Amino acid sequence: MTVDIEQYKKDLLAQGAEVVFSKTQNLTETPFSYCGGCGHGVVHRLIMEVIEEMGITADTIGIAPVGCAVIAYEFWNVDAVQAAHGRATAVATGIKRTNPEKFVFSYQGDGDLAAIGTAETVHTCNRGENIAMFFINNGIYGMTGGQMAPTSLLGMRSSTAPYGRQHDMHGYPLSLTNLLAELPGTYYVTRQAVDTASNVRKCKKAIRQAFENQKLNKGTSLVEIVTNCNSGWKMTAPQANDWMRENMLPHYPLGDIKVPKTDN
Amino acid sequence: MAEDIKLMKGNEAIAEAAIRCGCDAYFGYPITPQSEIIEYLAAEDPYNKRTGMLVLQAESEVAAINMVYGAAASGKKAMTSSSSPGMSLKQEGISYLAGAELPCLLINVARGGPGLGTIQPSQADYFQSVKGGGHGDYNMIVLAPYTVQEQYDFVKLGFDLAFKYTSPVMILTDGAIGQMMEKVTLSKQLPRETTMPEWAAVGKPASREHRYITSLYLQSEVMEKKNLKLQAKYDAIRANEVRYEEIQTTDADYILVAYGISARIARKVVRLARAEGIKVGILRPITLFPFPSVRLKELAGQVKGMLSIEMSAGQMIEDVRLAVEGTVPVKHYGRMGGIIATPTEVFINFKKLFNIE
Repeated sequence: MTVDIEQYKKDLLAQGAEVVFSKTQNLTETPFSYCGGCGHGVVHRLIMEVIEEMGITADTIGIAPVGCAVIAYEFWNVDAVQAAHGRATAVATGIKRTNPEKFVFSYQGDGDLAAIGTAETVHTCNRGENIAMFFINNGIYGMTGGQMAPTSLLGMRSSTAPYGRQHDMHGYPLSLTNLLAELPGTYYVTRQAVDTASNVRKCKKAIRQAFENQKLNKGTSLVEIVTNCNSGWKMTAPQANDWMRENMLPHYPLGDIKVPKTDN
Repeated sequence: MAEDIKLMKGNEAIAEAAIRCGCDAYFGYPITPQSEIIEYLAAEDPYNKRTGMLVLQAESEVAAINMVYGAAASGKKAMTSSSSPGMSLKQEGISYLAGAELPCLLINVARGGPGLGTIQPSQADYFQSVKGGGHGDYNMIVLAPYTVQEQYDFVKLGFDLAFKYTSPVMILTDGAIGQMMEKVTLSKQLPRETTMPEWAAVGKPASREHRYITSLYLQSEVMEKKNLKLQAKYDAIRANEVRYEEIQTTDADYILVAYGISARIARKVVRLARAEGIKVGILRPITLFPFPSVRLKELAGQVKGMLSIEMSAGQMIEDVRLAVEGTVPVKHYGRMGGIIATPTEVFINFKKLFNIE
């Protein structure tokens, strides 16, 4: 049985109902297929809301990664380009440099941005490309079945580190965001989360800042968002958020890492 | 008004042609023997004084091809160049460009390989260029210039074909033509395009659905349909875009099949042969894909043999053999390692291979 949503809304309004909240037009009607509890759905919504609120939908181009969010195009109702694994920021560079008046954002997971795409990530920031980079860090490779990520913590089990990550075998968890903040090309670097209502509000502010910054042409805005992956971590969603707060956040602390100097 | 004629290096001609045909962006990385392309463009300033064309040195050939992909996805005329080892790095990006059906121009100034190889010229990237190189069922138009003028002309032609078929196009040249200097008649300056194609990702106004540039189709039935669409495109290219040149083939008993610098050598071989009464002609493919198979099959009916002259272990020869379907002997002669065989050497070996006194 299908429901004509538009007719349903019309009927309610005719009965005297008032609209107090609606889904942003920048999300399609397709229900999210991400795992229940995943942060992708929240972050997609925040980014799309910001674009709509700023009135820049007609001037925005997004770049989708490889990873769970490879299907972002099903949900983003904006013009977008799907990039090869790791290359989203190079693709974003190509678009932004030839379309400097547009708003360009890239959206990547930890493998995309901090493993295979490390060179592109570093050099995009080093050139100070005027884009918004969104980095979804959940310390695991979700789409491919739960393998170790560069941001996986020491001792954390994954399908390619079944006895836990060991530094002599696998190296240390990589805080690439902190390294990137050292580059003069980055203008705004912040780390956020979406596990509580308060963090969701802060995260949305950071996303808005990243888009506003593009008008200034002063360099790259990088918003890292630490989220859970309850499927990859093999926990329930509430357990995963608890685990994230106890283990991930001490290693990847939330807050602004680099903010523009106010006397610029 | 007097024509603009200049003595130019092959690599420089590519750069000048890019500016004059209204190219929007060049992304590249230094590698010998083609670095003059980016250097020439960079000398015009990063945002080119004449047209505002962007010239950006990327951190790698991988980054460069992905920047091309981005610019192309937004409807821009974008190009990159490299030489053999760098082209290997670009193969993933090329497959994505083909799968996403995006136009762009690629230049390979081929050098000796495999591996790091040598900086001297070679023609050992034929397989990589014509038979794939990247993964999946795709082809791209491959243009093979043999003079600096052709190399210049093929830049605009390449972009025109790329946008006609929304597909990557490659100019496969070599270190010899890239470095040699010849007279070039320059074309007039064209403006950069201001209207983007109707498929480009440019920002979604309220009046239309969103556009998504992708090569991902997770459902098999959809992926197959997409592949059939691509194959139909390549069939159209085979039907409409074959280009070749024939030199003294009308009365020929033997045909030399050669492209690029080898075709220059072949011209002298023809003169040496005819001076000894041996009737030799040349079929010079200008498009390596689509290959002039139909014409070669026709010529096979009138000749005793064909010699594929290639600076490699023999790659194009396979397409020559496929074209003639076993009706005439097809042999190969060519040096590797960057050595360009002299016309005399080729001629002596031609006679040996076909048992001619």
